[in-house]
Amino acid sequence: MVDVAVVGVGQTAFGELWEKSLRNLGVEAFTAALKDAGVDRAAVQALYVGNMAAGYMSSQEHLASLFADHCGLMPKPVVRCEAACASGSLALRQAWLSIKSGAYDIVAVLGAEKMTDVTASTAVAGLMAAGDAEWEGAIGLTFAGLYALMARAHMHAFGTTREQMALVSVNNHKNAMKNPYAQFHSAITVEDVLNAAPIAEPLGLLDCSPLSDGAACVILASDKVAKRFAKPVWVLGSGQGSASLGIAARASLTEMPSTHAAVADVWKQTGLHNKDVGILEVHDCFSINEIIALEDLGFCPKGAGGKFVENGGITISGEIPTNTAGGLKGIGHPVGASGVRQIIDVARQLRGDAVNQLNDVKRGLCLNVGGVGGTAIVHALGVERK
Amino acid sequence: MVAAKCSGCDKVTFPPRYACPACGGIDFKDETLGIGKMLSWTTIHASPEGFEAPYTVALIKYENGVVLPGLVVGDMARLEVGSTVKPVLRRLSENSGGLLIYGVKFEII
Repeated sequence: MVDVAVVGVGQTAFGELWEKSLRNLGVEAFTAALKDAGVDRAAVQALYVGNMAAGYMSSQEHLASLFADHCGLMPKPVVRCEAACASGSLALRQAWLSIKSGAYDIVAVLGAEKMTDVTASTAVAGLMAAGDAEWEGAIGLTFAGLYALMARAHMHAFGTTREQMALVSVNNHKNAMKNPYAQFHSAITVEDVLNAAPIAEPLGLLDCSPLSDGAACVILASDKVAKRFAKPVWVLGSGQGSASLGIAARASLTEMPSTHAAVADVWKQTGLHNKDVGILEVHDCFSINEIIALEDLGFCPKGAGGKFVENGGITISGEIPTNTAGGLKGIGHPVGASGVRQIIDVARQLRGDAVNQLNDVKRGLCLNVGGVGGTAIVHALGVERK
Repeated sequence: MVAAKCSGCDKVTFPPRYACPACGGIDFKDETLGIGKMLSWTTIHASPEGFEAPYTVALIKYENGVVLPGLVVGDMARLEVGSTVKPVLRRLSENSGGLLIYGVKFEII
């Protein structure tokens, strides 16, 4: 059975990058990852690209050809993967599967998104393509609106408070302070979050991850080849789950069955469980989603996520340090890039060159969600191969 | 507002699908949706293109199991989980050609 390792990482800064286009961002991240791995592009046998909305935001589809061309990989094969905000992880998972199949030994995974070439209201409309265009987008629902519906349901069912949700944003901003790639380097307080402009009640501006440009890239290698590299970080398992596109069809508004399916598959593949994980990256597109993620992944009981956050469980010194580089809220959320960026930040922790470096961390878990959980993808990474 | 009740397993679906999500059956009977209850809602302030904020969108739950999203009209101060609403015909938007698009909104009763 082939094992797969992350042998190089690279990313651009995330933010409002007015002078960089989608292709600039992609090439920059790819080049940085090659440099980190110490390989020439000639060694890369295939490229998987994660991107949600280049067609809408930049009138650009056919990213396979675009990046084969601009990354200097022609005539090698390139595959574009899309699963809304889980596009980056989907690209990683497909690349992982391709190496495990024996087809390739070295594959690059690039997540990239350019969101600031359109107005905010255009971007917000475009992001609704991750939900049900006919029944949710058509009546003016937005992504913040969909997560606000889940937040209110969570508050009603479990007594979760706006203050507890705010602590997620506060923690992520704090973690981002030292991250040179982060969009925000500003500490915020719970008061700041509660008083921020309403976006979709009960969510305010500081409960929401921003619109961002950015790209992130990893180089994956089979175990046969990985021994050539300095500090391989092993992809121990990969799981993917699906759920209804529209939120109205869900049995519950306070959990994501796609996450349950994805993480169950990863535990089954790896034989690991929550207690074996030393660092967590979750999909804090909106503050409530970090709370829901902690519950869905089993780091705390259902409904107890708010209290878990309140008690400091997610902090650097907490029970399960979460989003230690700043998360989507602090670093930014160029949609297709986030899934790959999560992998990078766990890999950095495991190989010892992360911001907010933890001591002696051996295994990490990443959860990347598409839409309001229509797709969920979980990866487990480890210092050791098994 | 007409939902589809599966002739095979009685599951009610809205919007109607080609096949029943529970049993895969393709034979349905009509079931009209009337008064429903507020499951969750949000008032949107940052609107997408074509919509003028603020407006309130809710998830409305019916006894037959149907849940659907809809715009809410009426006295918002009375909104709480479990509030009753009824479907009403209202203008939803105007398209780029000047055509008025009508659809269903939910009035708080």
